[in-house]
Amino acid sequence: MSEKRATREAYGATLIELANEGLPVVAVDADLSGSTTTAKFASAYPDRHFNVGIAEQNMIGTAAGLAVEGKIAFTGSFAVFATGRAYDQIRNTVCYSGLDVKVVPTHAGITVGPDGGSHQMLEDIALMRVLPGMRVLVPADYVAAREAIRVAAATPGPFYIRLGRAAVPVIYDDDYTFELGRARLLRTGVHVTLVACGVMVEQALAAAEQLELEGIHAEVLDVATIKPLDAATITASALKTGAVVTCEEHSVIGGLGSAVAEALGELAPVPLVRVGVRDVFGTSGEPAELMAHFGLTGADIAAAARELLVRKR
Amino acid sequence: MTDAARIAAIEAKAARMRYDIVEMIAEAGSGHPGGSLSAADIVATLYFHVLRHDPTRPDWPERDRFVLSKGHAAPVLYAALAEAGYLGRDHLKTLRKLGSILQGHPDSGKCPGVEVSTGSLGQGLAIANGMALALRLDENPARVFCLLGDGELQEGEVWEAAMFAPHYGLGNVTAIVDYNGLQIDGACTEVMCLGGVAEKWAAFGWEVRETSGHDVEGLLDALTEPPADPAVPVVVVAYTIKGKGVSFMEGDAGWHGKAPSAEQTATALAELGAALEAAGSTPASATEGGAR
Repeated sequence: MSEKRATREAYGATLIELANEGLPVVAVDADLSGSTTTAKFASAYPDRHFNVGIAEQNMIGTAAGLAVEGKIAFTGSFAVFATGRAYDQIRNTVCYSGLDVKVVPTHAGITVGPDGGSHQMLEDIALMRVLPGMRVLVPADYVAAREAIRVAAATPGPFYIRLGRAAVPVIYDDDYTFELGRARLLRTGVHVTLVACGVMVEQALAAAEQLELEGIHAEVLDVATIKPLDAATITASALKTGAVVTCEEHSVIGGLGSAVAEALGELAPVPLVRVGVRDVFGTSGEPAELMAHFGLTGADIAAAARELLVRKR
Repeated sequence: MTDAARIAAIEAKAARMRYDIVEMIAEAGSGHPGGSLSAADIVATLYFHVLRHDPTRPDWPERDRFVLSKGHAAPVLYAALAEAGYLGRDHLKTLRKLGSILQGHPDSGKCPGVEVSTGSLGQGLAIANGMALALRLDENPARVFCLLGDGELQEGEVWEAAMFAPHYGLGNVTAIVDYNGLQIDGACTEVMCLGGVAEKWAAFGWEVRETSGHDVEGLLDALTEPPADPAVPVVVVAYTIKGKGVSFMEGDAGWHGKAPSAEQTATALAELGAALEAAGSTPASATEGGAR
């Protein structure tokens, strides 16, 4: 677990692999191809990369047109602009027509860091999750990001793949396979289930280590597919442990916590706590500082689990 | 076919489409007659001469593509698709009804011949550009035509796309502006004046052509003449009359988005029926489209 890589690094590199393999992938950017790492793809396949300038609505529309004609159109920007600035284009053109457009934002959540609240997107999972036909993926590390991109390329229709700016530990081996719509059991336990996505998987694993020292055996699920949600696996774990903590680098409104609460509310109501950003905007700071500031560390998750276990009794 | 005969044939198609537009909107009880009627000659000229297409093969790879960016004018597209044979005429009376392939705004997942769903204004040209890029990558000679409304030009994304096409040398794109001067709340110049439309497209690097949008000969010239530079996209600014062909609808913004009453429908169809007969046809002698 020593190596650290940003999930966004997987983006440009994987597009090159896919093109090398003969897939008709194209990439559309809005003046951030260096940040999104698609500049690498642009160097390898200059005729398949299109920069629209600072124009995210046109970015999505152009990607949609490429998809209409059979291309696998990858497109991205910072998450805040890719989703918020171009929401109607994603809804009415990409999803309504069911087009093969993969929206891959590379700077999501507070780990964007010093750029501050205007650039730290905390509502994107909520916005994307409600769109009919949209699949929402939040990979936990570089390997999962790479495999998520490969699965999205091989699966027709719209995808949203949320990647991050900050380097995070690589937790998966190269034999990892991304299973669309399946939660991954990372650690078995009996007292509480920690359901996490993205950078919070690392924090959930750290929380489980802490809790173990106290005799609390936490189960950890990596829910890299938020839609379609693996309600069966999450429900089974919730029924086993009787308590669930959701962990996300996103608003507690509308994201993973909401999706899990909706599923458990219908299928297996158990005490639940949502660890996430509590209905506020982000702020400038270094990613590690911000994780502590907003209560998203392993220690915060462990504390939430302890409180929950009191309620469980 | 002589030029005069070709023009007369297109005019007859447009007359048929206008009759169908009013009839289907009246049957639906809602819809957008004004901007459908203003675009009838443009769309008829496209479907019955300019576009290389084959209604028996909607997926023919080398067909020219048409994107109706002003998606609320769906009835003019449906009328053309029915007249061309993409869909049976019996579908027209199902417009806007539950289960219909003819949604209130075009839905590519339901209606044959619709290339992409539209309806949220401002998005069509960006899509057309993307399609044109893909066609160029595939060395496909097909062209992409995109019809926009003049009110629609108030949407910022239109100008993002207008910037894009010349930058990428998309000479296989033709934009057409149905310049009828009216939008829902009134005259475009009063609601939000855009200034010189032709000058703006030219400033973004387009080859601009201006014509009456009701003069088929002028439209044929504007839509078929090759661009001076094959890497420069063409925009045709087509000056039209909103509600063209129905006396009480012409030039009245109030007919942007409402269906005529039974009495108004009778008046309108009498006028449009007379125009059809003048063009050598009758309301009852519509071409039967393919069974779909």
